Amino acid sequence: MKLLTHNMLTSHVQGVIKGYPLIIKATEVKVNELEFSAPFVSRMIPKLEWSLISALNCTLIPDYEKDEEFLRKVHRILLEVEVVEGCLQCPESGREFPISKGVPNMLLIEDE
Amino acid sequence: MKLKELESCLQQVDGFEEPKILLEQYPTSPHIAGCMLYTIHNTFDDIQNKLVADLGCGCGVLSIGAAVLDAGLCVGFDIDEDALDIFKGNVEDFELSNIDMVQCDVCSIGSSYAKKFDTVIMNPPFGTKHNQGSDMQFLQTAISMASTAVYSLHKTSTRDVKLRYDLPASYKFHKKKSVSECFARNPISKLPQKYCTEHM
Repeated sequence: MKLLTHNMLTSHVQGVIKGYPLIIKATEVKVNELEFSAPFVSRMIPKLEWSLISALNCTLIPDYEKDEEFLRKVHRILLEVEVVEGCLQCPESGREFPISKGVPNMLLIEDE
Repeated sequence: MKLKELESCLQQVDGFEEPKILLEQYPTSPHIAGCMLYTIHNTFDDIQNKLVADLGCGCGVLSIGAAVLDAGLCVGFDIDEDALDIFKGNVEDFELSNIDMVQCDVCSIGSSYAKKFDTVIMNPPFGTKHNQGSDMQFLQTAISMASTAVYSLHKTSTRDVKLRYDLPASYKFHKKKSVSECFARNPISKLPQKYCTEHM
C-alpha cells in the first residue's frame, strides 16, 4: 500500500463520523522505485491531507510546482514507500484493518 | 503505443483460475479493454499522469492497461482476495510500480472518496446474478470518486428503465460502434458527471 493510496482511504465502521485519516501501524515497509513525474506529483499535492506528510518531516512550501527537489521528496514518500504488513486503525472506533502482502483489507463484518 | 501493441500486451494478463459466479467474475477481454483504454488515453488524455481508480478490478486487466499507458498511479478495488492475488501476480510479471490495490466492498464505500481520483475506469458486475442493482451502485460510487471522468461498461439487458444523467461536464464518447446514453426517471439521476457506455 502506497502512502498516496493511504491518503484516500477512510473507515466505514457504522456510526463513525470521522474515519479519516487512518492511523498506520506498519510492521514491514519496503521501497519500490517508480519513475518520477513532476506534473503528476504537483497535481496530487492539493488533494492530500498534508498533516500525514508533514508527520514525515516534509513541510509544504509555497511555489512547490517549481521546486524539483521538493517534488522528488514528495514522490518518494507518496509513491515509493510501501507498507507491506501492518494495519490501518480507524481514528474514532479503533477498529483495525489489516494490511497483508501490501493490500489493505477494508471489508467490514456484517454488524459493523 | 499502438492499439495492437496494447492489446497484445493485455493478452498476457492472467485471468481467474476459478471464477466465482456470484461475483460475476470474468476477465475483460484484451480487445475491449484495449479499445476502451486507448480511447480514454488518446482522445481524452485521462490516463497519463492521472490518479486512476479501477472499481471491481478483478485480475487487473484495466489497471494494468492504465499503468502501461503511464497513469500516475492506478488503484484497483475489489472484494475478492483470490482475484487480488492473481492481480498481484500480474503486476509482478509486468514489473509495474504504478499500481496499488485495496480490498473492499465497492457497494459500501459511499462517497467518502469524494473527487479524490481524476479518472475511474471499470467493468462492473452487471447485476445479473442475484445482485441486481450492483451496476448502479458501482456507478454511484464511481461518480462520487472521480473529479474528471468515469468510463464504464454496461449491459443493456439489466436496465429496464433507461438512466439519464444531467451532467455539466463535457460528454465523453467511446469510439466503438454501439455508444449510447442511458436514461432514467428516478431521483438517482442527480449524478454530477457524464460517463460513456459500451453495450455488450
